Amino acid sequence: MKYMLLINAGAVDGSECTAEDWMTFDKEVKEAGILVSAESLADLVTATAVRVDADGKRTVTDGPFAETREVLGGFYVIDVPDLDVALDWAARCPGARGAGSVVVRPVADFGV
Amino acid sequence: MGEVTATVAAVFREEHGRLLAALVRRFGDLDLAEEVTSEAIEAALAHWPVDGVPPRPGAWLMTTARRKAVDRLRRDRTLTARLAVLRVEADRAGPVPPAPAEDLPDERLQLFFTCGHPALAAEDRGALMLRCLAGLTTPEVARAFLVPPATMAKRITRAKKKIREARIPFRTPGPDELPERLPGVLAVLYSIFTEGYSASEGPDLLRVDVAEEAIRLTRILRRLLPTEREVAGLLALMLLTHARRDARTGPDGELLLLDEQDRGRWDRPMIEEGAGLAAVALTGGPPGPYGVQAAIAALHDEAADLASTDWPQIVALYDVLLALTPSPVVAANRAAAVAMRDDPAAGLALLDELAAEPLLRTYGPYHVARADLLHRLGRHTEAAAAYRTALDLAGTEPERTHLRRRLRGVDPAA
Repeated sequence: MKYMLLINAGAVDGSECTAEDWMTFDKEVKEAGILVSAESLADLVTATAVRVDADGKRTVTDGPFAETREVLGGFYVIDVPDLDVALDWAARCPGARGAGSVVVRPVADFGV
Repeated sequence: MGEVTATVAAVFREEHGRLLAALVRRFGDLDLAEEVTSEAIEAALAHWPVDGVPPRPGAWLMTTARRKAVDRLRRDRTLTARLAVLRVEADRAGPVPPAPAEDLPDERLQLFFTCGHPALAAEDRGALMLRCLAGLTTPEVARAFLVPPATMAKRITRAKKKIREARIPFRTPGPDELPERLPGVLAVLYSIFTEGYSASEGPDLLRVDVAEEAIRLTRILRRLLPTEREVAGLLALMLLTHARRDARTGPDGELLLLDEQDRGRWDRPMIEEGAGLAAVALTGGPPGPYGVQAAIAALHDEAADLASTDWPQIVALYDVLLALTPSPVVAANRAAAVAMRDDPAAGLALLDELAAEPLLRTYGPYHVARADLLHRLGRHTEAAAAYRTALDLAGTEPERTHLRRRLRGVDPAA
């Protein structure tokens, strides 16, 4: 079963974990043989939103600069037997510490 | 016949959880397990009164349910495919231990941990336990929580969908995880128990006694985890509280506090059982919060009256509880005990120190405790104001009746 770990960084600068913490976690996920894919996202100031209205007109805006206190900073997709295992990996992720959080979402399975 | 059916139904409520848990273990799917559990029980209700009860009723139910599950799997390809995937994933998760050679193996422990899983909404966990483990029907669970049946059906469906689609596993946490997971399960059971008290609004003959269902479930958990002292502590706390049930209300249904209760109406055998379990909970290691609360309840239950209660010991236990679970509510309870050990002024001083706690501002019992102490100190105007605050916060009619009576004690014009 595939789960996406959505890594939300706290708005306050995440000084809770270091680059080494992330490298260690990344290595562990790879060595466990559960990694499907993973990316970290560039800074939120580089984000651009696109909307298309009913007439097909495109609107492009800078942002969004979420008012929420947490910002999506990256994700892992892992393949593990059940939610408990996925939650264990989420708890080991450096992004879960301090002001950050990791949201665990099952990837929908359409039986294809 | 109707009466016989009702008796048989009560027996099946007991079997329901066991059968369901065994089927969940076998098929890994809660919906399928629930469906065939109900069907097997229906079949038993139809056959047993005519053919007689089979020698091994558990095995009969299990065989019938399994046969019905196989029938369903033949008809439903999608379900078969889903279960095949579950089987493969289960193999990846580790070997399933062989079932013990009983009539019906007891797999309920894993179901306790699934129903009480922290990934489920807190309000759904208790409902799911009453539905799956206590064997209540959805309308019965709805009445237990005083919500419309349709609302409860939606909540149970939502919780089961999350179990299925997020794949919350049916497994008992290992010894290393247990300290983290067990308190959550105990909290669900205790919330079911307190629901049975706080939500009671007069006699409702259709309403299952929720507090007793919570006690029944906790007894099952105690048998499944005999060495976990906090399970013993929780069961003790429930029994020592429930032993006072008949004395808690006066002739007009109004609430009576400890000092007004007729202690002759307390359930002595239940107190004895509870006190014995409290001793188990406090022996052999550092105490847990339920064990300490049970010990406090035992001291109240074993005292002949308020004056001869062992207040120094109760204050000492509140100190332990405060260290284990720091909370303004515990601090307020401790202050009330200090008032009894020393004098009302000492207790009031401690309560007033807590006045700024946001949690206590809307916590009725805090204002009642303050009002009582002000009353005993002869400060009637302030006492009346505190009773009025408590009256505004009271949720049920028995509570209101009780508070209005106390208010009249300090303000006859009220």
